[in-house]
Amino acid sequence: MKTTHPDAVTPQKLYQNRRSFLKTAGNGLLAAALTPALLLKAGRRMAGEETLTPYEDITHYNNYYEFSTDKVRVAKLARNFTTAPWEVSVTGLVDKPATFSVADLVEKFRPEERIYRLRCVEAWSMVIPWAGFPLSRLLQEVAPTSEARYLKFVTVHRPSEMPGLSNKWYDWPYVEGLRLDEAMNDLAILATGIYAKDLLPQNGAPVRLVVPWKYGFKSIKSIVSIELVKRQPTSLWMAAAPREYGFYANVNPDVSHPRWSQASERRIGEFRRRRTVPFNGYGDQVASLYEGMDLRANF
Amino acid sequence: MNPVNLWLGRLRWLAHPLALAPLAWLLWLWFADDLTANPIQFITHKTGKTALNLLALSLAVTPLRRATHLTALAPLRKWLGLWGFFYASLHLGIYLVLDYFFDWQLLWLELREKRYVLVGFTAWLLLVPLAVTSFKRSQKRLGQSWKKLHRLVYLVTPLAVIHFTWQVKSDYREPLVYGAAVAALLAARLYTRYSKT
Repeated sequence: MKTTHPDAVTPQKLYQNRRSFLKTAGNGLLAAALTPALLLKAGRRMAGEETLTPYEDITHYNNYYEFSTDKVRVAKLARNFTTAPWEVSVTGLVDKPATFSVADLVEKFRPEERIYRLRCVEAWSMVIPWAGFPLSRLLQEVAPTSEARYLKFVTVHRPSEMPGLSNKWYDWPYVEGLRLDEAMNDLAILATGIYAKDLLPQNGAPVRLVVPWKYGFKSIKSIVSIELVKRQPTSLWMAAAPREYGFYANVNPDVSHPRWSQASERRIGEFRRRRTVPFNGYGDQVASLYEGMDLRANF
Repeated sequence: MNPVNLWLGRLRWLAHPLALAPLAWLLWLWFADDLTANPIQFITHKTGKTALNLLALSLAVTPLRRATHLTALAPLRKWLGLWGFFYASLHLGIYLVLDYFFDWQLLWLELREKRYVLVGFTAWLLLVPLAVTSFKRSQKRLGQSWKKLHRLVYLVTPLAVIHFTWQVKSDYREPLVYGAAVAALLAARLYTRYSKT
């Protein structure tokens, strides 16, 4: 096994991580990722059956409207974005509200490698080796009160460095939300790195959410605030196009989006389309969160 | 004779290399391995946009010719229209062959489920008879019905704009510009038509 965050990780830690991985690895992807066979095949790293998306593609094909709506221009426009110092405040319905620097987060929660599929609502996908830690650990630290039901995440709003913010079509800053039980799921992580390197601005540096069973836009970037709230927050996309973007945004090939068929997707780097899988293939870990809910109505 | 018109007549062949430029640019990017991480989507979008641009330009020829009395512009209407059809066909071909690789099951699902696919495909289908009959011989043979048939372009171009608009994510500024331009061109035609009678 290869741990990829530059931080030292003790063997015991490794062991525990491995166990939590195996426990949650339903489709074998994560389990395979953690077996010693991290193969190098034709210059590409494999994770079980999946080929990791090349770093170059992950860092040069980005939806980050605060910089540009053009996916290939984001990397360039974000190059000089200041990511340090950076603080994330965790407030609202919690017993111990706190503000963390990114260094605090890394020190405290020790990011580990998590290889996840990322499915964009635009019907393309990647396989990304994140460095991150479970969001649940941060939540345990701040102790949500019994009233807290949802999390509201906010991206930094810095017009001087984010030219896309001049686009008045959207109601900035970027906001996303999760239900508290979704946030507590072990798959939900806060990521600080990719491929054992610190996140680059175009990927949401210095700290972002990753919820791999939901469409990519839920995985909010460059977070400055997490607030525990009682009522379901309205995300930027829900406000912009309520018929198209719901609060849940779980990957679901059966719920069609007005623009893109969600039945299939193109994995970046592949020629043939793949059939899209419910919950992006993480159903055995997350489907129970939505028991009894009509996922067509709650899209 | 108007010297501008004379020069236009001599230089209008430049429309052909100019119409080929977007394709040349895509080929260049292909060889430079610079078609983004998602090359099929990239070339689908670029060929589609080019088709729309050329169709809109083709529509602009007649109003412009009337306004300026530059008769040398006249053949551009056909040329630009045909180049528009060329790019629309590339666009459709890329979608069928490269994007879906003849996956008829998925394609059928798309066609049923996505109104923009239906509208785009309809627009292309309507262009076929226009392209086939765009030469002088057909024009002569069809006489008055040729004119009627070729009015279909006033349906095709708005359909292409709708096809584009339905794929835009919330920020409608760009399709609105196209919509306004095409609406203005149609209005110009209707104006000349009804102000004469």
